[in-house]
Amino acid sequence: MTRLDTLRGPAEPLDHNARTIAALAVNPGCDRRALLDAAGVDKQRTATHLGFPAPFGQSPFAITRAKSFDALVKANGCAHLLRLLRSTLDLSISEASYSDISDVGGNDDHQVRHTRTRALLKRAATDGDGAGTLFDHPLLKLTVAGHEVYLEPAVIAFQIEGRFHIVEIKSFAVIDDQADAGQVAAAARQSAVYVHALRALFTAEGLDPGRISHNVVLVCPKDFANHPTATLLDVRQQLAALERQLSRLTRIDRILDELPIGITFDLETQSPDEVGKAVATVGARFAPECLASCEMSLFCRAEARDRESTDVLGRAARDELGGIESIPAVLGLADDSRPPSPEQLEIAEQLRYVRRIYTEAVA
Amino acid sequence: MSIMSSYARALAVQNGRAQPVATVRHLHLSATPMVFIPLKLAGEAAAPLAALVGTDPANPRLLVVPQPRNRDLRFAFMAELAEVLLPYIEGLAGVTETVEAKTPYERCADAPQLLVPNRGGIAFTKLLGRSTRFRRTDGPYPVHPSVPVLGQWLTFLSERAEYAGSSALVSMTDALALHWATGQSSMEDANLATQLAWIAPPEGLDGPEAALVAEDPLTSPPAGPETHPDFDGQVLEYAIQAFETSGSAAQVREALRSQLEPTWTLMWQGVRLLRELPEAATVEARWARDRDQFTRETARLAEGGFPRGRVDGAVSAAIRLADLESALQAYEAQRAFDDPLVMIEHRVAGKAFSGEVVAVDATRRIVPAGKTRAAPRPLVTIRTSDPVRLSPGRRLVSSRNRKQRTEIVDITGDLVVIQVNDQMGRGATPAPGSVPEVGDVVCYAELDPSGGQRPRLPAGEDTPWTHGGPPEPYVPTDEDAQEAWS
Repeated sequence: MTRLDTLRGPAEPLDHNARTIAALAVNPGCDRRALLDAAGVDKQRTATHLGFPAPFGQSPFAITRAKSFDALVKANGCAHLLRLLRSTLDLSISEASYSDISDVGGNDDHQVRHTRTRALLKRAATDGDGAGTLFDHPLLKLTVAGHEVYLEPAVIAFQIEGRFHIVEIKSFAVIDDQADAGQVAAAARQSAVYVHALRALFTAEGLDPGRISHNVVLVCPKDFANHPTATLLDVRQQLAALERQLSRLTRIDRILDELPIGITFDLETQSPDEVGKAVATVGARFAPECLASCEMSLFCRAEARDRESTDVLGRAARDELGGIESIPAVLGLADDSRPPSPEQLEIAEQLRYVRRIYTEAVA
Repeated sequence: MSIMSSYARALAVQNGRAQPVATVRHLHLSATPMVFIPLKLAGEAAAPLAALVGTDPANPRLLVVPQPRNRDLRFAFMAELAEVLLPYIEGLAGVTETVEAKTPYERCADAPQLLVPNRGGIAFTKLLGRSTRFRRTDGPYPVHPSVPVLGQWLTFLSERAEYAGSSALVSMTDALALHWATGQSSMEDANLATQLAWIAPPEGLDGPEAALVAEDPLTSPPAGPETHPDFDGQVLEYAIQAFETSGSAAQVREALRSQLEPTWTLMWQGVRLLRELPEAATVEARWARDRDQFTRETARLAEGGFPRGRVDGAVSAAIRLADLESALQAYEAQRAFDDPLVMIEHRVAGKAFSGEVVAVDATRRIVPAGKTRAAPRPLVTIRTSDPVRLSPGRRLVSSRNRKQRTEIVDITGDLVVIQVNDQMGRGATPAPGSVPEVGDVVCYAELDPSGGQRPRLPAGEDTPWTHGGPPEPYVPTDEDAQEAWS
């Protein structure tokens, strides 16, 4: 039993998915999230146990819609998808074979599925007989913070003439050729995770990772109808950001070394208070953006509020305030009741000035 | 965001209450604003689910789509919405006033004002306009005649919302954030309930406590357009099923009413808070622009104007972009000159300064560049403790007279010397009162309330080939009119 297993307790480890990795990369300085994810801790349950259930969820209507759109795109041997691939990639594919790797002969064990994924992708890469192949639900692995994790597959890998494209099916609409910028950005970040994982697999197999295109095929409903449309999404920028963030991610071992011996987040044996104390031993870096993506966010926000940290005001506000950590420190520097350290001289002068003219104007 | 507003946020945390970031109200508030709280079905692009709408706080009208996946019911909803909105809009179009200008013209005395809870509400209003403005009242899938008209108006209003300083379609959270800094992040300020909790906490609670209470989706359901996922799964799904089996929409109506009414109360609380602030000096001029545009749109529609196409042509897009920029520039400047608290942001950034006049050379005359006769060009010396980051030659505008042009001549230590260039009358010496006097406290800023000039652009029919050539004018098509809405 590894240290991470002890932390998690007897519960089954949770899989990573592209969303969690993308979220991790958005906040790479957060040791807490890195450790909980690496240990496969169920953050949703943990947060509920602590009395801070996650502030978000998914509506059954959204899930139904996503499923039905996914089914529509894949219906009749991926007829829609092939048509879209032909036009967006400018290909003359007559037909393509389809392999679903969501289980291998009824066995959905991760190791088995991953081995199968590797074998199939490798064969497709080396054979390259010109025929297209669609691999649905490929199970990829990724090294995150020094640990290997499985990536819950929600994409299709498309191979043609030895070149690979990631195909992502999303159910947000593209209206008059425009989609919600936030949702496109999130899709691009998630797709980048798959491109990255697929390239890592190729590198490990001694194949050229450049054969995986940085152009992701994004399939969305067009206008207000259910009819799918596809666009190529260049994820080079997201890929570069992801790779940089992954390499910066604090090594889990370093975090583990700093933890007290025998600590555990086991929800079965530990009271909410004990779990809360255990979680608090791992440093978090709260930002309001966490509220949209991290299950632990309300717990961390409460903690940041107790510390009177400037983190609760948002990253931009914190930066404007010269990166000073605590709100009392900001106000203390502003009203001159707290002497500035040498590196705070400049921001202290600005704060004193802002306080003076703000007080004048409000009066 | 600036160090000033961030400081105000820190102060709000310490005081347990939102802090002012404006001393006057920077938007127009109609005597009868139309509050509109739309809800949509999760996961769909633009499937209306419900709306609470009306101009009377005591008497909102609840509209619902008992089965949001049913296209006919959606259009019935839009027709019902039109019953509320069109009389309001068209009623205002009837009363006009004559504007004294070079060529006097008629302008609507008032214009519609729609208040939605947040930016999501504006985006959804735009989508509702987009999905209905092309519809036809004949042919396949005919709709009620009011539906495409409503679509055109919703499109007009959401277009206006893109212009800085327009008050035609306003997001309440944005309007409040313009006037108060809360002790939470700007991201969390998009939640109307918590934002108002910080601004005006109920008796016995401070801001952060009230915000925590307001975060509970049971007491404060989301202000839309998305509903809470738990509500969807635990209530709405069953209510829709009940409609499917019984044909009665009662259960759906009650469920959605429970989600909308708390927000309705909050919206009017927001209106009251904003009303308490005195109106800023330039609000009326900006509202006049809204009324101008409303008058124009009324005339265009009366002539049977086509709905706006799906995409802009190159020239109209460039004009629009330039106008948006100009509106933003003018709005920023006007807001700063209207409000010393807003001016602080520019003073902190070094683009404006305030101080006392210590010397005036009122009789100074020079021959300006390009002229032959000497003209008065007085010099005014101001002592300021602001961190001025401007250099000689920069053109400034004074808060005393926003039309007067001045420029910086010299900055030495805390002394700034400016030269006044116009607005001094026709005499050999400046007219009395046209130039500040020693002892006056003045404020100068590198901000242009006029918004600058629109660049010269070719007419639509002269669009160069680099930009696709002259665009085909939009003509409604059958395809647009019958577009699927599933």
